[in-house]
Amino acid sequence: MHLQYEVEGGNFSKAGYASSEIKKVLKQLNVDARTIKRIVVSSYEAEVNIVAHAYKGTIDARIDQDKIELCYQDLGPGIPDIEQAMQAGFSTASPEVREMGFGAGMGLPNIKNNADKLEITSEVGTGTKVIITIALTPEEN
Amino acid sequence: MNGHEFHHALIFCKDTCVGCSHCMRVCPTQAIRVSNGKAELLPNRCVDCGECYRVCPVEAIKVEQDDFELIFNFKYRVALVPGVLLGQLSEEINPKQIYSVLLELGFTHVCEVETGAEIIKTAMSDFIRQNPDTRPLISAFCPAIVRLIQVKFPSLVNHIIPMKPPLDLAGLFYKKLLMKEGAASDEIGIFYITPCPAKIAAIKKPVGEEKSIIDGVINMDFAYNKVLTTVKQSRAASCIIPETPHLSREAILWSLTTGESSIMPGRSLAIDGINNVIEFLEELENEEVSDIDFLELRSCDESCAGGILTSSNRFFTAERLRNRATIADRNAGNNVIHEMYDYLVDNSGNDKIQPRSMLKLDENIGGALEKMKKVNELMEILPYVDCGICGSPTCQSLAEDIVREEAEIGRCIFIQRILEQKGTFTQQESVAIMKKIWGEKKLDKDIK
Repeated sequence: MHLQYEVEGGNFSKAGYASSEIKKVLKQLNVDARTIKRIVVSSYEAEVNIVAHAYKGTIDARIDQDKIELCYQDLGPGIPDIEQAMQAGFSTASPEVREMGFGAGMGLPNIKNNADKLEITSEVGTGTKVIITIALTPEEN
Repeated sequence: MNGHEFHHALIFCKDTCVGCSHCMRVCPTQAIRVSNGKAELLPNRCVDCGECYRVCPVEAIKVEQDDFELIFNFKYRVALVPGVLLGQLSEEINPKQIYSVLLELGFTHVCEVETGAEIIKTAMSDFIRQNPDTRPLISAFCPAIVRLIQVKFPSLVNHIIPMKPPLDLAGLFYKKLLMKEGAASDEIGIFYITPCPAKIAAIKKPVGEEKSIIDGVINMDFAYNKVLTTVKQSRAASCIIPETPHLSREAILWSLTTGESSIMPGRSLAIDGINNVIEFLEELENEEVSDIDFLELRSCDESCAGGILTSSNRFFTAERLRNRATIADRNAGNNVIHEMYDYLVDNSGNDKIQPRSMLKLDENIGGALEKMKKVNELMEILPYVDCGICGSPTCQSLAEDIVREEAEIGRCIFIQRILEQKGTFTQQESVAIMKKIWGEKKLDKDIK
């Protein structure tokens, strides 16, 4: 199954919409609650990253029996040093964004901790592509 | 669909139901369908919140209650009275008058439910402090909310504090008290005067324990009417009024909104109204909420003051209880119940609450994916109007009902019109389907 969402940069009031929709689908698919939680944490962080840093972006969620693959492609400033961005606490967020409770520098590390696989490619001045893969396990009764 | 596991206190009377679908439209868990002109309950989705009961225009939804005569099976007959019963009656009627009516009805003892809150307030605070790894912790006070989380937010069941509500502790306390005075366990009957169908369901089919301490339930509107009748007829109470423990301010306010959140440690939030709770729990599940230690969640607006079986205006009820709390004895709460603190706390735990998701389309992820694909295909052709004419509350629920083979697409009035235009469906066929949903009568009227 393929789900697609458009994300608008800077629109924090809509941040988390796609993540919430993906969660609702996974609940209907009877995916194990702990797995859903890992997916929600990573998808929310990745979505907020687009809102906070990029001009706009697209989220593609591909779900099959065994896994979910979430692809976040944005048009934005790009990440000059991915290794640095992966470090806990590293943040380029503006004070305004931090005041809203975002930009604590835990986004990418948090995704990494919750994903089975994380791929990041970025081109400065063009944009960033984040692909998160998480294996799906059914809820046991 | 297995309905036998769930006990519901809401009874849909087919003979009275006029098939208006008001209940179906307000049900927060989409647990109602209309078929053959009557509302039907899907037992595995219902959480006993009673929103349907509030809107039924013909009183076709009844709340189960025990035969009052049941109390006479016991030598000692204890009425557990929640504060909201007192709060519903004008302040000119004092608690002693209310208790005396209950004694005249045949009870031998009266105890206020909130007596149990004297224990819970300490025990729950301790639990929150001792379990810092789970945040936020959610109170198990409101049984409709516990069930809501089980069916709609299964990933949050671990956040529910596995602790009995004040009602059960008040029951345990009074039973122990009578046994200390020499009564045998099976001679004691504990009866709860309830404002709430979810409490009844929780007693008849407890979540997290084998059997409830409560032996039976009396609906609050019954007690309310008995008290008012006696008062209006100016019949003086002739019996001896028992001394009940004086409640603390916190205990009196417990069943109202912020009753728990205002005294729990850390950052707490109180939310009332089941739709507000659903909205908040979605956000919590989306990981958008952080740094909250404790959540007080109540299904009814104004909490128990707005209980389904209450008769008086909920804002006045809340006001009266707040007034009562302001004059509560400062030293109250330090009474006989505290002598039993250890015993009650030892018996206050519940088993772990299990999820029972109503949302899953199939046990198996592959099977659920297939079904979801079909639901999405159906949503492409359904009108997104949520008119309810098909007998399901929304287009989405019709699509899911079709995929579960519990309905067919021809029920949609828009689809009927489309097919009629194409000539693949006759008007007679459409009318036959409508009659199947709404009954013969609604489509068989003489219009000039």
